[in-house]
Amino acid sequence: MIGLQHYLVVSAMLFVLSIAGIILNRRNLILLLMCIELMLLAVNFNFIAFSRYLGDETGQVFVFFILTVAAAEAAIGLAILVVLFRNRRSIAVKELNTLKG
Amino acid sequence: MYPYYLTIVLAPLAAAIIAGLAGHKIGRAGAHWVTIVGVGISFVLSALVLKNLFWGGAETENISVYTWAVTDGLRMEVGFLVDRLTALMMCVVTFVSLMVHIYTIGYMADDPGYQRFFSYISLFTFSMLMLVMSNNFLQLFFGWEAVGLVSYLLIGFWFKRESAIFANLKAFLVNRVGDFGFILGISAVVMFSGSLDYATVFAGADQIAGQTIEVIPGTPWNAMTVACILLFIGAMGKSAQAPLHVWLPDSMEGPTPISALIHAATMVTAGIFMVARMSPLFELSETALAVVIVIGAITAFFMGLLGIVQNDIKRVVAYSTLSQLGYMTVALGASAYSAAIFHLMTHAFFKALLFLAAGSVIIAMHHEQDIRKMGGIRKYMPITYWTALVGSLALIGFPGFSGFFSKDLLIEAVRESHWHGQGAVYWIAYLSVLLGVFVTALYSFRMFFLVFHGEERMSAEEKSHLHETPAVVTVPLILLAIPSAIIGWFTAGPVLFGGYFGEAIYVDKAHDVLAHMGEAWHGSRALFVHAVMTPVFWLAVAGVATAWYLYLKRPDIPDTIQQKVSGLYNLLDRKYYFDDLYIKGFAAGGRWFGKFLWQKGDELVIDGMMVNGTARSVGRLAGVLRHIQTGYLYTYAFAMIIGLTVLLGWLIWFR
Amino acid sequence: MLFHSILFYVFAAVMFGAALGVVFSRNPVHSVMYLVLTFFQAAVLWLMAEAEFLAIVLVLVYVGAVMVLFLFVVMMLEVDIEAAKRGVSRYAPLGVGIALIMVVELIQVILLRSQPGEATSGFAATPEGYSNTEALGAVLYTEHVYAFEIAAVILLLAIVAAITLTMRRRPGLKVQDIAAQVAVQAKDRVRVVKMDAEKKP
Repeated sequence: MIGLQHYLVVSAMLFVLSIAGIILNRRNLILLLMCIELMLLAVNFNFIAFSRYLGDETGQVFVFFILTVAAAEAAIGLAILVVLFRNRRSIAVKELNTLKG
Repeated sequence: MYPYYLTIVLAPLAAAIIAGLAGHKIGRAGAHWVTIVGVGISFVLSALVLKNLFWGGAETENISVYTWAVTDGLRMEVGFLVDRLTALMMCVVTFVSLMVHIYTIGYMADDPGYQRFFSYISLFTFSMLMLVMSNNFLQLFFGWEAVGLVSYLLIGFWFKRESAIFANLKAFLVNRVGDFGFILGISAVVMFSGSLDYATVFAGADQIAGQTIEVIPGTPWNAMTVACILLFIGAMGKSAQAPLHVWLPDSMEGPTPISALIHAATMVTAGIFMVARMSPLFELSETALAVVIVIGAITAFFMGLLGIVQNDIKRVVAYSTLSQLGYMTVALGASAYSAAIFHLMTHAFFKALLFLAAGSVIIAMHHEQDIRKMGGIRKYMPITYWTALVGSLALIGFPGFSGFFSKDLLIEAVRESHWHGQGAVYWIAYLSVLLGVFVTALYSFRMFFLVFHGEERMSAEEKSHLHETPAVVTVPLILLAIPSAIIGWFTAGPVLFGGYFGEAIYVDKAHDVLAHMGEAWHGSRALFVHAVMTPVFWLAVAGVATAWYLYLKRPDIPDTIQQKVSGLYNLLDRKYYFDDLYIKGFAAGGRWFGKFLWQKGDELVIDGMMVNGTARSVGRLAGVLRHIQTGYLYTYAFAMIIGLTVLLGWLIWFR
Repeated sequence: MLFHSILFYVFAAVMFGAALGVVFSRNPVHSVMYLVLTFFQAAVLWLMAEAEFLAIVLVLVYVGAVMVLFLFVVMMLEVDIEAAKRGVSRYAPLGVGIALIMVVELIQVILLRSQPGEATSGFAATPEGYSNTEALGAVLYTEHVYAFEIAAVILLLAIVAAITLTMRRRPGLKVQDIAAQVAVQAKDRVRVVKMDAEKKP
């Protein structure tokens, strides 16, 4: 039987994978943003699962809003990325170290 | 009498301030006139006070002049206690000071620091008067320290001389050791009696004697013994008793007038005076008196031996002073306080005379001080010769002179002091003072013959300049020679046996040797007549004869003796290695310790580890932690994730 | 039910593979494509959880708009594939290790710490005539209408921010500034000078 736990496990694995992606990524800033999207997806999974389990629609409403905000955030993040590219001509993460101590 | 006391004390102080601060404006003559007038006023008034006390039937006065502070019930005041002991000391101090002031006009005539010198010796007179006239321990201590300070200033008067600076620092530091004991003694007194005032402390002396104090936990000592021994340590420092005697010979670096004033007549006698003043306390502790007598005896005999091998004219007299101070201390220890003070008085006169005579010779010889380069000066300086002879005869106790009375009676008092028991203490004391007579005669006439008699060892050029010193130098000599010769005759009886001191000195009935002697006293003339029957007289004659033989008849013998007993000679020459012990042992040890604390403690630990070390370790830590700030986003994310993982793990597995 | 489970596992596996592809792919365009695939699988899984509305919204809005945006940007930036070589960083093993530990912990929480038998049973069946969209709408426009309005404002904010950030003026471009033209005043254009009258000689 597919129950709550299955969905939660899927969500956890997605989440961890996205974290690994953020940490191991050195090449591409866009990859970073994509991993963030993955992370939000994992969280959405959690919400859907619990909403279905508890029979409360509030979880799905929350997913609705997460989607909205994620879209807005992706837009702005990409805008920043574009401006960064204009100034630096590169989007490699390993070159963004001016705050090095 | 009240305003007199303040005038006596303040006149020299005012003179000192004027001469010191306005010295350039008033010139040399102004400086010496103002200070001589100041000290002269003090002397006249002191004589007046003495006359009133002794013949006028005045009462002892104990006045508090000014209350400085009252803390926790302890009153700190400035006050005067004027009894017969004080009056005697005041007269001695002011008279000798006046003589020295006049003498200095001649001695320091061509010295650039003329006004400064007069200011200092006036200041000294003020300090010494505060000391002797005080009625409480605090003022005593003030005077004590002040005379030490002026001594420092005066020994190092010619401050550009290396040896003078060494000597004055040595004097001050050795004095400090004594003062440390003195402060502890005063503290012990305050601790047990709760007051600094003499009258209160003496009244409650019995109670202090009944208590014990545990300096080392578990071993209770009699409180009075501890306090008295500590006070005596102060006296040891100030009056140069062994082992704190090493500063006195070095203090001869100062000009001769101050050797006469400070290191013969007055400052060094402050310790003797203090013990006599504290007689109500010392009488209650036989142990302390035993300590006093033994130390005095050691000083009297062994320092006298050192006088035999000295070649500097002032050093001979310095060791003689040390030895005579030892005599006074022995008398104090034998509970013959009056005899000690009497010897103090006569010694002040003849020792000051001897110093000033030596100074006169030094001036005439153009500051040559080695007696091996003198000889036969008798022909050139008659006044100096005769006054020096008077002084020397008084010193050795030749019958008739003042020293005869004081020394003979002192030695007899020691012989009678059987209350110390028949053991080591008694015999050490008695033999030291007895044999010391031979030694005293030997060194003083050795000096006398080598300087004034015998073949003339000066160069012809020096001889042509030799003449008698001016009147300002010789008049004080004569004025001091007079009491050195005759004062013994008519003061011995009243002072020692006539109850002169009255209540100023307290002697316990069991110890009262002078009362015992007083029963056999038949007057000064009887003593003089019987002088030839005493061993003291013959020992003195033997000493003079030996000196005559060794230094006039057969001057080659001393060299032979020196070669034969070179070990003994070296011991004496090196002053029993005391100086070596102190300079290489304590002083070097102190400097080593200071250096150690500086290099290891201050620079290494405090500067290096605590101050700079903490700064550096913060820097180092920051340098290490800095690498966490890589600037890369993923590192920061990683750090967050690690934290999250650890937190989750802790929550899951350990809660 | 078995079919249900098999479907679930298949779609979950594909999704997981696609996610791996997003992270470890060399070509950023490929990464975006894999992400799209991930979202599609997620949508299917949500359908299976009877959250149809959100599943469709995920595909339409998220994949259709946001992922397309990603693709636009990736294409625009001309990322040099040659230079974007992946080297194994020093921290790779450590990172993977930490990730594995975290997976284990999360699964511990989910599986082992819950009451046995409670959550392993499936979801409760939905009542007859249950329409996800209708149910969602009933809640969204009544209880959460305030958040709804704010979400709209956030989207407006995003638009304005994105435009403000990336807009640049080309130098040398001749453009009329209408606002400045309209705001002109007489004293900027006309200057009255007083002169004495002059007679012609």
